[in-house]
Amino acid sequence: MPEITYREALNQAIDEEMARDDRVFLIGEEVALYNGAYKVSRGLYDKYGEKRVIDTPITEGGFTGIGIGAAMAGLRPVVEWMTFNFSIQALDQVINNAAKMRYMSGGQFKLPIVFRGPNGPAEYLAAQHSQALAAFYAHTPGLLVISPATPYDAKGLLKSAIRNDNPVVMMEAELLYNTKGDVPKEEYLVPIGKADIKRSGTDVTLITFGKVLHLAVSAAEQLQAEGVSAEVLDLRSLRPLDEEAIVASVAKTGRCVVIDESCPVASVGSYVAWLVSNKCFDILDAQVELVAGLDVPMPYNHRLELQVQPSAEKIVTAVKKVLYKN
Amino acid sequence: MNSPDITKYDKSFLSSLLQQMLLIRRFEEKAAQMYGLRKIGGFCHIYIGQEAVCTGAIATVDLAKDYIITAYRDHGHALTVGMDPKVVMAELFGKITGCCRGKGGSMHLFDEQKHFYGGHGIVGSHIPLATGMAVKIKYKNEDGVVLCFFGDGAIHQGSFHEALNMAGLWKLPIVYICENNQYGMGTDFRRASAVNELSKLAASYNMPGSRVDGMDVLAVYQSVTDAVKLARERSKPSLLEIRTYRYLGHSMSDPATYRTKKEVAKYKSQDPIVILRDRMTAAGMFTEDEYVVMDKDCKSIVTEAIDFAEQSKNPEIETLYEDILAETQE
Repeated sequence: MPEITYREALNQAIDEEMARDDRVFLIGEEVALYNGAYKVSRGLYDKYGEKRVIDTPITEGGFTGIGIGAAMAGLRPVVEWMTFNFSIQALDQVINNAAKMRYMSGGQFKLPIVFRGPNGPAEYLAAQHSQALAAFYAHTPGLLVISPATPYDAKGLLKSAIRNDNPVVMMEAELLYNTKGDVPKEEYLVPIGKADIKRSGTDVTLITFGKVLHLAVSAAEQLQAEGVSAEVLDLRSLRPLDEEAIVASVAKTGRCVVIDESCPVASVGSYVAWLVSNKCFDILDAQVELVAGLDVPMPYNHRLELQVQPSAEKIVTAVKKVLYKN
Repeated sequence: MNSPDITKYDKSFLSSLLQQMLLIRRFEEKAAQMYGLRKIGGFCHIYIGQEAVCTGAIATVDLAKDYIITAYRDHGHALTVGMDPKVVMAELFGKITGCCRGKGGSMHLFDEQKHFYGGHGIVGSHIPLATGMAVKIKYKNEDGVVLCFFGDGAIHQGSFHEALNMAGLWKLPIVYICENNQYGMGTDFRRASAVNELSKLAASYNMPGSRVDGMDVLAVYQSVTDAVKLARERSKPSLLEIRTYRYLGHSMSDPATYRTKKEVAKYKSQDPIVILRDRMTAAGMFTEDEYVVMDKDCKSIVTEAIDFAEQSKNPEIETLYEDILAETQE
């Protein structure tokens, strides 16, 4: 199986789906001539031309809304946000229009559209460019929300998202684009709404999604050396959540730590922690712990910004807490 | 712009415009009354006074290939695209037989089959959607155009400027129709806009802009015909400021005390229905008797719509979870 980067996996997904369906097009800032701010769309403009790989002015609300209107009328746009920080400019379009149109119209419209780009902190980018915004979208009925952490999941989920008849918000990460993983040459899809056990274990369940999955895996490896067997459950989809997989894993381990790089108040992580507390009350041997970003805007200074984010060390500490090993 | 010569048009066409405006008028009078009786709730924005705008504009297009989208003062547009007054009234009543199964209400009327794309409640937010619909037409090399209606309040939203820039840049087949009823809620548009001639904003986006008398349905028809031709034949967008006036408040809860009685009376004396009727009569194309029959017909259509809405059922609680997501076909 070839090993490719997360960036290449996304590129393949868009390329394959554009080749498969001529209603699919890519629109966003710098996606065409510049080949994408993070080079996800490299080569697509040369291959498909300006009709299907469309550079826009810097106007997130405008081009996001244009994508939604085009989807209502029967096209299948992939809207690239250079980062999710700028998606806040387009939040009205996504929440008031994309998510609500089918419902308000009594089921008359389909909205086959994907909004994608990097979400969450990278490095040295300060408060406006380092935000984990999953909760904004996961909160909203009418959207599907996915957050793949590996090249395999990125390709399979993006292909499913493009084929889905509903608005899908897909969160990537700057620091994931260069990560590598095995991706089959043959076509495959990863279904939206299914979590995945990335590492099997028996003593504690680590539930997470997106970039910080890799911290959870690393923490699990450290814990293994100390004789603790941690299961890592990758949510992959935040809306809908795979509640069955969550409950099944916690039923096996009896303990749970949730890891989400977002700020902790009213986040996906805090919701999942509540869900586990509620659904698994009789199974749990300890309180559910949440390892989240600290409740502050992101500072520029590197020492400070690292302190704000989850780390393998913080996860290990939380696991020891639910194992009463402190 | 001077009003077009009425004798250029045949009687059946003029009668259809008159009938359409009269139907909207009678529908809206009853809707307001039903609101007072609490049969209709929430925000309800009445179109009385503005009938010539949607009537004259929508008469220029072919809804097999063209598209209509508007804001929340949408009852008139819904009726003019040919939606059944029964399902429109039932939607205002929140009934399951309404066009949106009681989920949209007054502000969110839709008819996908008739290419009526809503019915939108966030000021200016639908202008990019309209522009995306025009992108689809161009992408598929179709022959259609989009008519995008919005109010004078929407013209200062970023979404208006962002969308018009891309429409000008990409030469999209769309007509932006600002229905300037002169008040964004309670604020005179002159108190909200750096320019009083709103059509001047078109120049920033490399498209033609002009002001139209919105109390004269033929002036509206002629101007929109020209703009549609430009969009259809040369794929060029334009902006029309159609100057009109709403007789009632912004919504049913607004007594509109910010306007003088004199001002309201002045516009009522230019009533679009009266103007067209009188001009047709003066040209010997229409009689008082014909008007009486037409009015009676409109009133009976509205009465039937009310009866239908009254007799229809409320949605079942189970429908709450329907229509959120589509079943993906493949």
